[in-house]
Amino acid sequence: MHVEEKLTAETFPAEPEKATLEGKNKFLGFWFFLGGETVLFASLFATFLALRDSVAGGPSSKELFQMPIVFLATMLLLTSSLTSVYAMHHMRNFDFKKMQLWLGITVLLGAGFLALEIYEFTEYVHEGFKFSTSAFSSAFYTLVGTHGGHVAFGLLWILTLMIRNAKRGLNLYNAPKFYVASLYWHFIDVVWVFIFTVVYLMGMVG
Amino acid sequence: MSTLARKKGVGAVIWDYLTTVDHKKIAILYLIAGGVFFLLGGLEAMIIRIQLAVPNNDFISAGFYNEVLTMHGTTMIFLAAMPLVFAMMNAVVPIQIGARDVAFPFLNSLGFWLFFFGGVFLNLSWFLGGAPDAGWTSYASLSLASPTHGIDFYVLGLQISGLGTLIGGINFLVTIINMRAPGMTYMRMPMFTWATFVTSALILFAFPPLTVGLIFMMMDRLFGGNFFDPALGGNTIIWEHLFWIFGHPEVYILVLPAFGIFSEIFATFSRKRLFGYSSMVFATVLIGFLGFMVWAHHMFTVGMGPIANAIFAVATMAIAVPTGIKIFNWLFTMWGGSIRFTTPMMYAVAFIPSFVIGGVTGVMNATAAADYQYHDSYFVVAHFHYVIVGGVVFALLAGAHYWWPKMFGKMLDEKLGKVTFWLFFIGFHLTFFIQHFLGLMGMPRRVFTFLPGQGFETGNMISTVGAFFMAAGTVVLLANVVITTVKGKRVGNDPWEDGRTLEWAVSSPAPEYNFAQTPLVRGLDAYWIEKMEGKKGLTPAEPLGDIHMPNPSILPFVISLGLFVSAFGFLFHQDHAWGTPVGVFGLIITLGAMFFRSIIDDHGFHIHKEEVMEAEKKGAGA
Repeated sequence: MHVEEKLTAETFPAEPEKATLEGKNKFLGFWFFLGGETVLFASLFATFLALRDSVAGGPSSKELFQMPIVFLATMLLLTSSLTSVYAMHHMRNFDFKKMQLWLGITVLLGAGFLALEIYEFTEYVHEGFKFSTSAFSSAFYTLVGTHGGHVAFGLLWILTLMIRNAKRGLNLYNAPKFYVASLYWHFIDVVWVFIFTVVYLMGMVG
Repeated sequence: MSTLARKKGVGAVIWDYLTTVDHKKIAILYLIAGGVFFLLGGLEAMIIRIQLAVPNNDFISAGFYNEVLTMHGTTMIFLAAMPLVFAMMNAVVPIQIGARDVAFPFLNSLGFWLFFFGGVFLNLSWFLGGAPDAGWTSYASLSLASPTHGIDFYVLGLQISGLGTLIGGINFLVTIINMRAPGMTYMRMPMFTWATFVTSALILFAFPPLTVGLIFMMMDRLFGGNFFDPALGGNTIIWEHLFWIFGHPEVYILVLPAFGIFSEIFATFSRKRLFGYSSMVFATVLIGFLGFMVWAHHMFTVGMGPIANAIFAVATMAIAVPTGIKIFNWLFTMWGGSIRFTTPMMYAVAFIPSFVIGGVTGVMNATAAADYQYHDSYFVVAHFHYVIVGGVVFALLAGAHYWWPKMFGKMLDEKLGKVTFWLFFIGFHLTFFIQHFLGLMGMPRRVFTFLPGQGFETGNMISTVGAFFMAAGTVVLLANVVITTVKGKRVGNDPWEDGRTLEWAVSSPAPEYNFAQTPLVRGLDAYWIEKMEGKKGLTPAEPLGDIHMPNPSILPFVISLGLFVSAFGFLFHQDHAWGTPVGVFGLIITLGAMFFRSIIDDHGFHIHKEEVMEAEKKGAGA
C-alpha cells in the first residue's frame, strides 16, 4: 500500500501502522529505541538502589514519601495508558474523531500526573530535600525526573500530532506516527510501575 | 527533482553534503571526519612517544601529558575508530543487502552530525582552558577533582556524539531486518553485514549505560549532584561499573566489524567462499552476547572479591573460543585458495598473527590473580593496542583500500598501498611488542616520564622509533589518496575482478538509487553465483520503474548544532551569566527543528524510469 493513498473505513488496513515500508521501519525502529531506553532506566534504577540509603544526614525516603499523592499520580498515569489503548483501537477502526477524543483524555491525565509530580518535588525542596542534599537525593531526582521529562516530552509529542492532523484525518502517513507515540506512552507507564514499586513502596516499607 | 549528473559549484557541493541523506555520501562524511580525528589522535600519540623516548624528558609538562594522553584515547575510540567503522557500514551494507537506502535516511544524517558536533565540542577544550586530563576512562575519583573544564567538555561532547552512535545503531538494525532484497535470507547475508547487525545490537544496549554515567558526572560537576562524592554518600565505583558495562562491549563494537571486513577480504582474494560460514555467524553472535558478561574484568583490582573475580575471569576466557573459531575459519578459507596478495589481503594476513598475540595477552589479563601484576602497567597498554591496532586499525586500512574504488570510483595505488602496509606493520610491532616487556619489568602506564637506570631506556627508544614508522606509513597513505584523486583512472563495477557480494555488481561509485532494479538473491555470495553462470549482471526481482527517494534536509545539521550550542552554554553556566540562557537557547533550536521535522510532511520524490534508464546507459556501462 502507498503512503499517500486516500482511504475509507472499508479500505483502511487492519494494521495501518505497519501497512507501508516506512511504517514497518518506524514500528521496528521504535521498539529498538525502547530497548535502549530500557537499558537507560535499568542503569538509573541500579544506581538508585545502590544509593537509596546514602542520605548523608538529609531526609530519608521514609520521612519524605506520602502515599496519597503518589497513589493518585499512579492512578492517573495508569488510566492514561488505558485511554491511549482506546485511542489506538479507534485508529485501527478509522474513527479519527474518537481517536482524537481519547488521545485528548490521555493528554489531560498525563498533564495531571505531571502537575502532581511538580507539586511533589516543590514540597520536597521546601522540606530541605534538594538535588544536592545527598547521594540519595541526586539519585532520586535524576531517576524520577528523567521519567517526568519523558512524560513532558510525550505530552508535547502527542499534542503536536493531534493538532497537526486535526483537519486532515487519518492516512497511512500519520497512522504509524500516532502508533509509535502511543507505544512511547505505554513505555513511560511501565517505567512508572517500577518507580512506584522500587522507589516509593520499597522506600516507605523496605 | 532529480539531481542526477548535474554539474555543481563549490557552494552547491557543500550544501549537498550538509543536507544529504544518501548513505554513500554520509559514508564519505564519516570517512573524512573520522580520518581527520584519526590524524589528530595520531599526532597526540606521537607527542606521547616523543616525551617517553628518553628518561626524565621535558618535551612536554606532566599536566599537558595527562591531557594529551586522555585525548589520544578518547579521540581514537570515539572520534576515529567508531566513525570510520560507520563509514564502512554506510558505504557497503545497504548495497550488500540489495537495498536502495537505509531504513531511516534522515536519522542516518542526524547520527553523523551529532557525532561530528560532539567531536568538535570535545576538541574545543584545547582552546578553552584545557583538555580533559583523567584518562579516557575518566574515573570519577580523578575526574571530579580536575580543576579545569576539560572533563565537562568530555562529558557533554561524548553525550552528543554517543547519541549519534545510538541512532546509527538502531538505523542499521532496522535496515538489515526490513530492507533486504528478495532472496537475501539471514544465512545468505555477507559476513560484514552480519557483523554490522550484531555490532548495532551491541551499540543499542551498550551506549545507554555510558549516557547515564555521563549524565551523573555532568550532574556532579555542573549541577551539584553527589553520585560519586563519598562525603555525601556517593560511590565512585558506580562510574567504573557504568563505564565498563559500556566500555567492554565497545571493544566488540569495534572489532566485530573488523572481523567482518577481513572475512570479505579473505574470501575475495582466496577466490573461495568463506570457510565455515554458519560457524562464523554463530561465533559473531556468541561474541556479541558474551561481550556483555565480562565488563568487571577491567576492575579485578577494585576489590569485588574472589567470587566475582572468578566468574568474570571464566566468562572472559570463554570469549577466546568463538574468536578461535574465527581465526581457524580464516586460515581454512586461505587453504587451497588461489591467493592474491593485494594490499587489503596483506593487512588481512598480517592481522592474524598480530591479533592472536593480542588475544593471548587478553587471556593472560583475564587470569584474575595474575592480573594484579599486569594491572596499570605497560603490559595492558601493549595488549589493547595489539587488539585495537592489530585488529581494528588494520581492518579499517584494509577496508579503506578494498572499498575505496566503490566509494570514489578510483583504485588507490597498489605500490604505495604496500609501502604503507610495510611501514605500518613493522612500526606497529616495533612500537608495541616491546611494551609487553616494559610492563612486566614494572613500567606503569599513564605516567609522564621515567627515571634512568631502571632498564626502561632501550625499550622506550625502540617503541618511539616504531611510532615514527607508523607515522611515515600514514603520510604515504595520505599521499596515495591525493595522487589517486588527482591522477587515478575510473574503474568499472568489479575492479578487484573477484568480487563476490552485491556491491561489486553496481557501478563505482554506485548510482544514488544503488540498484536500477532490486536484485533477486540466489545464494551466499550472490554476485559470484551470477558470474559463475556466465552472467554479466544480477537477476532482477522487479521490472524497471520509478524509484522512490528521500528528500535531502538541513534539519539534522540544525538539530545537532542546537545541542552543540546548548552544551556550550551549560558548560559555562557557573562562570558566566550568559551560560544558562545560551544553554536553553540551544535546546530551543534542537526542539524547534524536531518540531518542524514532525509537522512538515516529507514524502520524498521519484526518479522516473526514463531517467534511470538514461543514467544506467551512461553510468559505467553497468
